[in-house]
Amino acid sequence: MSTPTLSGQPDPIQPVPPVDSGPTRLGASDSSASWRWTDRVGLAFAWFLGLLFCAITAAIVIFLLVQGIRFLRPSLIYTNPKVGYTQGETGGFLDPLIGTFIVAGIAIGIAGPVGVGIAVWLSEYGRPAGLARVVESTVEMLAGAPSVVLGLFGLLLFQSSTLGFLSQTDNHVVFGKSFFAAGTILSLVALPLVVSAVREGLQAIPNHVREASYAVGKSKSATIRRVLLPAARPSVITGNMLGIGHVIGDTAIILLLLGDTQTLQGVGHLPGLSTLRGTGSTLTSYIFDNAPTGDLNQPNKAYAAAFVLLLIIVSLNVIVDVFGRRSKELLWT
Amino acid sequence: MDEELLEPEEPRLSQDQRVELGLGALVCGVVFVLLAMLAFIIKEAWPSFAHNGLHWFGTGGNVDTEIQSIFTSGDLNQTPQFLIHAWPLIWSTILTTGGAVVISFVCSLFVAVFMVEFAPGPLKLLLEPVIRLLASVPSVIYGLIGVLVVVPFIGNDLISRSDKASMTPVIQLSGSSLLAAVLILTIMISPIMIAIFAEGLRSVPRGWLEGSLALGINRWRTFWKIAVLTARPALIAGTVLATARAVGESVMLSMISGTVGFAPNPADGLVFLFEPSRGLAPTILHNTDELSSPPMKHTLFAIAAVLLVSSAALSLFGWATKQPMKRYFNVGGTAA
Repeated sequence: MSTPTLSGQPDPIQPVPPVDSGPTRLGASDSSASWRWTDRVGLAFAWFLGLLFCAITAAIVIFLLVQGIRFLRPSLIYTNPKVGYTQGETGGFLDPLIGTFIVAGIAIGIAGPVGVGIAVWLSEYGRPAGLARVVESTVEMLAGAPSVVLGLFGLLLFQSSTLGFLSQTDNHVVFGKSFFAAGTILSLVALPLVVSAVREGLQAIPNHVREASYAVGKSKSATIRRVLLPAARPSVITGNMLGIGHVIGDTAIILLLLGDTQTLQGVGHLPGLSTLRGTGSTLTSYIFDNAPTGDLNQPNKAYAAAFVLLLIIVSLNVIVDVFGRRSKELLWT
Repeated sequence: MDEELLEPEEPRLSQDQRVELGLGALVCGVVFVLLAMLAFIIKEAWPSFAHNGLHWFGTGGNVDTEIQSIFTSGDLNQTPQFLIHAWPLIWSTILTTGGAVVISFVCSLFVAVFMVEFAPGPLKLLLEPVIRLLASVPSVIYGLIGVLVVVPFIGNDLISRSDKASMTPVIQLSGSSLLAAVLILTIMISPIMIAIFAEGLRSVPRGWLEGSLALGINRWRTFWKIAVLTARPALIAGTVLATARAVGESVMLSMISGTVGFAPNPADGLVFLFEPSRGLAPTILHNTDELSSPPMKHTLFAIAAVLLVSSAALSLFGWATKQPMKRYFNVGGTAA
């Protein structure tokens, strides 16, 4: 396997043998015609379910595409929601769309750096081992926490008087609902995704890369900053995109913490900051309110918004796909 | 200057140590926030549990009227009431989660086996992004499709008029039902299971399968007897994580499964599938406007605590079962 070096030790810079990239099919000549009938029924069932899942996905996408084409007008995207009685009078969803981007920006602005920090610590330091185990299981617990529960915790947190400056206050009663509140709690939704993706990316970098960096005199922190994080960039991007996808798709936290006003309602006078301290809505809460079970009940608007939301999600998926493939191409040999 | 001389052997922290300390502080901070979250939620929930004891989880009375009187007792300066028997809500969560997990376990296992081993090349390439897309569709879109397509279909075409008439004294059957909730929840959690199952199946060493094939056992048998059995930790982990997700699902269920706190009764026969119900998580969402009433707040936090503890326990369990698999089968060149 490995060529002996002068010291008789196996050469440590020996490239890692290429990993079996994806399973190859076992003997393809083994035709199912010779199998017992139970096995053939099983295989047919597997085929059926595999195709069924493709069909369900296609049905969802095509259904929303058709409804989107039927109900989406360009004017919906650049007009604000208005109060009205018919679907023609109630305007579009510019504010919810802006709200979606603001919330995603705040959430990923917090979860990105914090998540990368946690991942670097877990993968490169991880001492003491007990703390590392606690951190890992806490992040895992966070990944499983229902978003309604996170939202309730957010209300508890942001309705306390010390954090009152982040939302509307009225006679010392803190409203606790604002873009700050929603974005901060939504960062908890994105955090586990960022951590696990970045950590996987860092762990896929073989040790000889670190050793080479130490050998040219770089310190550990410089190695992390200049060698490891750039090498793991595709994973960092993948993690952040996955996080944004979950943040954009979340509804429960938005309903609890964003005040659920159709338009952006600023608080205070500073432009920008007032919006962040104020309430609003996102595409998900707009869809929820406009579904027949919601307060507004305008299914056509809901379909159009759902189509736009799906478009955003699909394009995030494509980005994840591209960078996921790129990180696989980095074979460390 | 003298002060510095007094402690000369204290070296200044190098940049490396500062980075390590900084990251350690960040990590400790996040852990602290999350543990504080757990503590705060349980503290807020405590009055509700303390007043009801284990009867909190029991049956008796109508849950909706109990919640209503809890809410009004906070409003009128009365003595706060906490009486709640949440069994119908818990039963609804158990039914929807259990149904969806059982169906999607069977489906996901077959799809994962198909995707890893038996699908022809192009289909294999197609299935992976399809599963990922299905996993990332927001739950509110599933809810919208459910409430505009699935629920009317069930209400108009599947429930017969005589069924509706026979159930009228008990509950109105409109299509918002257990069946719709289970079906859509199945589609929502299957992708999670498929992804983890497939990861486990892929990490089974090829030599083991080839050994079985060399004995003349066909591909289907080989894969089920060797790969699926070896990947058991992945099967458990995937199922448990998907269960945690299903337990915490609120938005989709609140749109589809109905808004009454009614416990569907299996003794009703097939109609049972068409009965509406409201689980624990949708109940929180349903009553968020009533948080201003203190007893109501404690009750909702009690529901949240039950959800958080059960789903956190599930995902910790799933994570723990995944660990041995990582140790044994990760043959690739990963850094320790």
